[in-house]
Amino acid sequence: MENLTFTLKAPKAATGTQKQALTGVVASGNLEVLVERVREPNVCEVNIATAAHGFAPVWQAVVEEFVARRAAGGLRISINDGGARPDTVALRLAQGVRLIEENAQ
Amino acid sequence: MGSWTTQNDARQRRLAAGGQFAQGKAVAVDKLTSFLEAVIHPGDRVCLEGDNQKQAQVLAQGLVGVDPQKVHDLHMVQSGIVLPEHLDLYERGIARKLDYSYSGPQSRRITTMLADGKIELGAVHTYLELFARYFIDLTPNIALIAAVCADKHGNLYTGPNTEDTPTIVEATAFKGGLVIAQVEKIVDSVPRVDIPGDRVHFVVETGKPFYVEPLFTRDPALITETQILCAMLAIKGIYAPYQVQRINHGIGFSTAAIELLLPTYGEALGLKGKICTHWALNPHPTLIPAIEAGWVQQIHSFGSEVGMENYMAARPDVYFTGADGSLRSNRAFCQTAGLYACDIFIGSTLQIDLQGNSSTVTATRTAGFGGAPNMGSDPHGRRHPSTPWLKAGEEANPDMAPALRRGRKLVVQIGETFGDKNTSLFVENLDAILLADKLKLELAPVMIYADDVTHIVTEEGIANLLLCRSSAEREQAIRGVAGYTELGRGRDAALVDQLRQRRVIQRPEDLGIDLLDADRRWLAARSVKDLMVASGGLYNPPSKFRNW
Repeated sequence: MENLTFTLKAPKAATGTQKQALTGVVASGNLEVLVERVREPNVCEVNIATAAHGFAPVWQAVVEEFVARRAAGGLRISINDGGARPDTVALRLAQGVRLIEENAQ
Repeated sequence: MGSWTTQNDARQRRLAAGGQFAQGKAVAVDKLTSFLEAVIHPGDRVCLEGDNQKQAQVLAQGLVGVDPQKVHDLHMVQSGIVLPEHLDLYERGIARKLDYSYSGPQSRRITTMLADGKIELGAVHTYLELFARYFIDLTPNIALIAAVCADKHGNLYTGPNTEDTPTIVEATAFKGGLVIAQVEKIVDSVPRVDIPGDRVHFVVETGKPFYVEPLFTRDPALITETQILCAMLAIKGIYAPYQVQRINHGIGFSTAAIELLLPTYGEALGLKGKICTHWALNPHPTLIPAIEAGWVQQIHSFGSEVGMENYMAARPDVYFTGADGSLRSNRAFCQTAGLYACDIFIGSTLQIDLQGNSSTVTATRTAGFGGAPNMGSDPHGRRHPSTPWLKAGEEANPDMAPALRRGRKLVVQIGETFGDKNTSLFVENLDAILLADKLKLELAPVMIYADDVTHIVTEEGIANLLLCRSSAEREQAIRGVAGYTELGRGRDAALVDQLRQRRVIQRPEDLGIDLLDADRRWLAARSVKDLMVASGGLYNPPSKFRNW
C-alpha cells in the first residue's frame, strides 16, 4: 500500500447539506470514495490508499484538476484504490461531489 | 495475331485436369490436395476466401498440403490473414506475394514474417479497395470459397454468411478463372441460390461447416461506467444535435454501450424515431433491445453473427432475408452503403496523435484495416444532401456559399483516455510510423486520417474538430479531451478554456450530463443472458459467451 495526502485550497465550497457520501467499490481496477463535510469551506483534503505504487504525479494531477473544476471546498475525501485508471478515479471523485451536493432527507 | 482466348483456354485445361479427380463437379475431400496440385499453376493469383468472420478452412488446409515443387510462387489476394494456414503457405514456399486487408489473430506473426522478408507484400487494403482491385489489376485465377451446401449443378447456398463470396466469384468466374467451393453437404436442392451453379466449377463436400468467428458479440457485463459516459456524450452531444439517422458502428464496448443506451437513455431524451433508424451494421447482439423497442427500421449487414440466425429470420422487416427466410449479407454492398449512404461512422481505436490520425497497429502487430477506413472516411463522390451532412459541412466551412458547399460525413473516434494496462489512447507519434519504418512500407498503416475525423469522444468530453480553424487549435482540442494522459496533462489550460467557450470542446456538464448517470443501471441489457431474454429466446449465444 502507498499512502498519499493532498491538502489544497478549494475555490468553490461544496453545496448541499449531506454530511457524507460513499461511492464505488474496492475491486481490481476500481476504487471506493468516502466524502465527508468536515473541513473549512476553502480547503479540500484528499487521502489516498492505493495498491499501485509510483503514480503520485498522476494522482496529484487528478486531484488538482478535480479541486479546480468541482465544488470541493470543505470536503475530506478518503480513497481506497484497487489500481483504478485515472479516468475512473476522476469519475468517482466527481460522483462523490454530486452525491454530497444532494440535500439531506 | 495471337489468340484472344488464352484465359478461357487455360480454364479448359484446368477443368480437364481437375475433372480427373471429380465426379461431375464433386471432388472427394481425400483427393483435395492432389486435385489442387492439378488445377493450380505456379505463379497463379489465388483468392482463398476468409475475412474477419467466415473461413474456407478446409480448402486452406488442402492448399497448405500441396507439394511446393508443383505449386509455388502463388500471389494470394484475400480479405483476411486469419488462419495459421494462411501464413504457413509462405513458410512452406507455396505462396510468395500477398495483397490483403485484415489480419486480426495473425497480426503478430505476419509482422515477424514481413520483417524477415518471408512475404512479399503488395499492400494492405480496406475490404472495398481490395474488392475493387479484383476487377482491375488483382483478378484471381483461382477462387477457393466457402458455402453451406451445393446441389449437383454447383448452385451454392451460403446461408446468412454470404459476405465476400459473390464478389470473389464475380471477379473470378467471368474472367477466365476457376471457382472451387467447400460445402458441408451436397444436397438435392439448395434452400436458396446465393451463387448460380454455372459460376462454380468444382465442389468439395467436407462434412463440416465452414468456420465462423463471433467477432461482433460484446458481453454487456464488461461495459464500464466510463464507456457508458462516453456513450451518453455521443448520444446527447453528437447523435441528437446532428439528427443522425443513417449510421454505422464499429466494433467495441463504447459503441455496444451506445446500442444498449438507446432504449433507455435515448428514450428519456425523446430521441426515438429521430436518430439511429437505418443501419449498415453486422448483426450486433447488443442492438437487440433497441430493435425490440422499435428504434430500428432497417439494417444491412456485411456478414452474419453466430447465434443471431433465428432472431434475424424472425425479424425480416428489419434485416435483409432471402426466400428461405435467412439473412443475406454482402460485404461489398454493405461497405458501399457504409461509405455513401451513412451520415456517421463511430468506432474505437488504439492510438490517436495530436492532429487526429489514428491507428490500431502497434510496433509488433499489423492488424490490417478491414472496413473501418472505408466507413471512417468522407466520400468525395457523394452528392445527396442530408441534415447531418449539411450541418457538418457548414461547421467546417461557415463562409462558403451554401449551394457550393460540400457536406461532411461525421467520422467519430470514441474511447476512454486510458486503455488496457493503463496505455494512453493519445500519443505523440503513432506506432504505425515505427512499423512502416521497420517493414520499409511506403505508407504508414493509418486507420483514419486526421482530415477525415470530425469528432473525438472520451469520458472527458467531445472535441469537435470541424470547428477548429488551425492546427494549433486542433492540437489543443485533442489535448483537451485527453484527460490525465501525458498529452492531456500537457494542454494549455487557457486555450482549452477558450475552445470550451466556443463549444469546440464540450464537457459532460456542458451537455447537462449528470455524472451520477454514468451507471450500469442505464444499460438495457447487463449480460448476454439479458440479450437472450430480450430476444424472446431467439438469440442463441455461442457457448463461449454462456457464463450462467
